[in-house]
Amino acid sequence: MTTAQAVASILVMAGVTFLTRLLPFALFGRGGQPPRVVTYLGQVLPPAVIAMLIVYCLRNVELFSGSHGLPEFLCVAVVAILHVWKGNNLLSIFGGTILYMVLVQAVF
Amino acid sequence: MDRKALAAAFPATVPVLMGYLSIGMAFGLMLQAVGYGPLWAVFMSVIIYAGSGQYLGCTLLATAAPLPQVAMLTLLLNFRHIFYGLSLLDKFRGTGWRKPYLIFALTDETYALLTGAVPPAGVNAANYYFSIAILDHSYWILGSLVGATIGTLITFNTEGIDFAMTALFVVIAVDQWKAAGKGVRRHLPAMIGIGCTAAAVVVTRLLGSDNMIIPALAAICLLLLGLRRQLEAPEETGEEGSGT
Repeated sequence: MTTAQAVASILVMAGVTFLTRLLPFALFGRGGQPPRVVTYLGQVLPPAVIAMLIVYCLRNVELFSGSHGLPEFLCVAVVAILHVWKGNNLLSIFGGTILYMVLVQAVF
Repeated sequence: MDRKALAAAFPATVPVLMGYLSIGMAFGLMLQAVGYGPLWAVFMSVIIYAGSGQYLGCTLLATAAPLPQVAMLTLLLNFRHIFYGLSLLDKFRGTGWRKPYLIFALTDETYALLTGAVPPAGVNAANYYFSIAILDHSYWILGSLVGATIGTLITFNTEGIDFAMTALFVVIAVDQWKAAGKGVRRHLPAMIGIGCTAAAVVVTRLLGSDNMIIPALAAICLLLLGLRRQLEAPEETGEEGSGT
């Protein structure tokens, strides 16, 4: 990827991110009500998208060769259990990531 | 800069300081690991300013994702921001020239602080909100700079550090799962997300493509819209209502 392409990608990310933050103020800043289907999607889409992104992160895991996805699934479980148990974002994220790094570098 | 507002805002932002320094550092390290140094980290943190968005950005840069896919994934990940603004419409009225920046800086954490923020007596409200936003942003920039700099100074095996992104999404999913309450129906959106995406991964792999996001999202949206009557506001229908 060239520097220009990287800068273009970053500008697109910045522009789209700002747009999502600006939209409610642009559309409803003068006192309108959002349509009900928008409110509905606002409730149900975020959990579906986060679930989608978890699968997206794991999309290149090979189930039938190599480590069979064992480090990935083990560490996802560790993060989830840590988070249900302690509810501390930093502990869950760093605990899971460090374990994963140890597993892929030294064990598998 | 209104020093009084800044001094009043600082204590409120300390939890975000701790969080942003560490999550920002992990971002800097991750970005360094895919070949982009401290200047890139600061550039991204200044103009994008989105935690999970920038984690995803590392992957998008590393895989040289085409711009439409960059736009689509960023939009999806940040879709929730559209609903943050709705609850801050009133609060941001009368903030004048600070308003565009307040809107730009509306991350999850800043949103959480601002929705609960009550300016102390004698402190200008608009300046107080502005101070919270700018302090949080500076922690984020500092954290990512430190992370990326550590990445260049100390060379250690960073293989697997990209798992921080997966872990972040798992943490968000667990929080959402808890917030959704009890009952299978309330967890259906998350399960639809997993099911549709897993199916899309399998199908696109069989077809020899890596572009699973659009089909996955289309399936998710169709199912969610199709099940609207079943899924909408479950607490109001009171069928399996334990809590009212």
